[in-house]
Formats: sequence, C-alpha cells, structure tokens
Amino acid sequence: MTASWLLDGLVAALVLGAAAWTLAAPTAVAAVVGFLGFGLLLTLAWLRLGAAEVAMAEAAIGVAATGVILLLAVVRLRGGAETVSAAMPGRGMVAAAGLLAGAVGLALALAVLALPDPAPGLAAEALARRGEAGLGNPVAAVLTGYRGLDRLLESVALVLAVLAVWSMAPDRRWGGIPGPRFPRQEDGPLALLARLLPPVGIVVGTYIAWVGSEAPGGTVQGGAILAAMWGLAWVAGIVQPPAIASRPVRLALVAGPAAFLLAGLAGMALAEGFLAWPPAFARPLILLVEAAMTLSVAAALALLVAGPPERAA
Amino acid sequence: MSATLPYGVTAAALIALGLFGLVAQAAVLRKILACNLLGGGVFLLFGVVARRGATAADAVPQAIVITGLVVAFAATALAVALALRLHQITGAATIAGEPESGPRGE
Repeated sequence: MTASWLLDGLVAALVLGAAAWTLAAPTAVAAVVGFLGFGLLLTLAWLRLGAAEVAMAEAAIGVAATGVILLLAVVRLRGGAETVSAAMPGRGMVAAAGLLAGAVGLALALAVLALPDPAPGLAAEALARRGEAGLGNPVAAVLTGYRGLDRLLESVALVLAVLAVWSMAPDRRWGGIPGPRFPRQEDGPLALLARLLPPVGIVVGTYIAWVGSEAPGGTVQGGAILAAMWGLAWVAGIVQPPAIASRPVRLALVAGPAAFLLAGLAGMALAEGFLAWPPAFARPLILLVEAAMTLSVAAALALLVAGPPERAA
Repeated sequence: MSATLPYGVTAAALIALGLFGLVAQAAVLRKILACNLLGGGVFLLFGVVARRGATAADAVPQAIVITGLVVAFAATALAVALALRLHQITGAATIAGEPESGPRGE
C-alpha cells in the first residue's frame, strides 16, 4: 500500500516535472526532448491507472509519432530568436496568465477531490456485453462495436488531416514527394536498425492489430508500429516516400474509412440500421474493418509524419 | 481513490501548465507543445474520473481517450505543417505582431 502510494506519487511528480521543463527549457530542442520524456512518463501513469491500451496508444502516437514531427520541425524552425524574444508577453501578462491558469488548475483539482466514490459508469455493462460484438477485449468491443460512429469519424478525421497537411504545399509541388530527403546510411546504428527492426516490427505491429480484438492492442497501436517501421527505413534513406499523386497511396489512405462505411451500410440491409451488425456477422465484419483500418491508420500516420510534398515526383 | 488521487491532481496541474504556456510562450512550436500538455492533462483527467473506485478500468472512457489521442496527433501534425509553411513564407517563428506596431497591428 505504502509502496504503491510512493510509486504513484513519484510518477505523478515526474510527469509534472517533465511538463514544467517542457515550458521552461531554454531552447526549443530541449523543450521537445522534455515533451518526449513527459509523454513516456504519462505512459507509465496510464499503466498505473490500469489502461494498457491507452498507454500503448500514448507511447506510439503521443510520443513516437508526435516526437518525429516535432523533431523534424524544430530543426527547420531555427532562427528568429530576436523576434521571438521581442514578442514574449510582458511581466504583467505572464503574471495574469499564471494566476488565471492556476485558478483553473486549483478548481479542477478541488473538483476531482470532491467527486463521489465509487463512480457511476458503464464499466460493468461494457464488460458484460463485449461478447455480443464477438470481441473479448472490452476496449475493442467499445471502440468498434458500440462506439462505431466515433471510430468512423476518427478515421475520416485522419484522412482530412492528411489532406490539410498536403494542401500546405506550394502549387508547383502538388502531386510531388513529401518530406525531406535523407541521405542513405551505409553503416552505423541507424543503418543497422533500419535493416534489423522492420521485419520484426511488421510482425509485431500486425500481431498487435490482430490481437486487439481479444487482449490489449488494437488497430491504432498496431498501425502506429507499422508506420514507425516505414519511418525508420525512410530516415535511414532506404525508401523514399511515394508521390502523393500515386493511386496506391490514396487507396491505402481511404481503405479503412471506405470499408467502415460499406460495413455500416451493410448493417442497414442485414440488421436494423447504420453500423448495426447482426451478431452472426459481427465478428467477421469487425475483423475485416479492423484490417482495412490498420492499413489506413499506418498510411495516414506515415503521411502525416512525412508532411506536405516538397519535391517533384 | 488511493491510486487515482495523485494523478487527479497531476491532471489538474497539467491543464494549468498547458494554459499558462499557451499564453506565456511566444514561439509557435512552444505553443503547440503547451497545447499538447493541456491535451495530456484533459485525457488524464478523463481517465482518473473514470477510474476512481472502479474495480476494473472502464472501457468506454479508454476507447474515447484512444480516439482523442489520434485526433490530437492529427491536429498537432496540421499545426506543425502550418507553422513550417508560415516560417517558409515569412521567416517568422511567432504569430505575434511586430513589437513596434503593437499587437496584431495592421
């Protein structure tokens, strides 16, 4: 009891320390590195809260994928230190912001401490009814089985985000190859990792996406690992991003939402409505949708990390 | 309540830190980082509120937080792309107006 209190207190203190460093770090690079540390510590906090899926998603998306984007950006956003320091808000404004933000934090903390215990919730019901969707993992059952509409909207939001990032390209680069070009690494740790890890990572990523229906895992986490394997080969200069005009890329990007929509519409014919699946078909339909979603999540994450097109195809 | 208490306070403090950073930082990238701290706090608060007192972790908030993480990542990617394009076109690393012409002066 005391040991778990100590551990929780330590993790909480470290999360806050890393967050404070992210804000106070003297350089932007140090701030980004602090943010990555913050994300990993937050992963520990999620594990301590018993949320393994969230911890995996936080590590894969919140730390790894976000981290690559931030590190690529921080290198390019060099300079302009004088304008930034000239634009820093004055002492009064900082004090006012501190007071107001502190008041919000204090109010939230008091609200959390005053909450009734135990909480009303859908935990028992979600656990009891997961079997009806043909999925053993309650989080997966909720994600695809009962909150399917959220999931569909999320997958469409990813496609929209990729389109929005692409549209940042100058007109003459439209249809070109996204992201910076990395020189091919012939030796060193990066070249070694880029050769050794992807075969293992592709198996692990596919497994995590597959096992998500029964145990901790899922399409988002598995897709993120697959995207990371591609990213590793990209950074090592072994593969180049495909041109955004290429048809296979666009098909991979929309495969998930399209399969989801089709399965949802099939529910209108086979069962009582959109995204409502008869119990006999629920598991195969959901697995089909999840497979397409894994592909699309991996494609969308990789394309978001690569950024807008920067060179001609 | 035992396991959730420190994390509830942490979540509230993260939201406060994120809000503060959003206002007190001038560089766009720092603002994006602060926004992510704020988001992490909101997700953690959601998780803590769902977790207290329950014997098993509630699957519904977990599923929604995972969806939220993905959308937050997409928003961050878009924000970074916007910041890079702004930097490419104007050379600016901040969205604040010129100090002489006052805030957002035109």
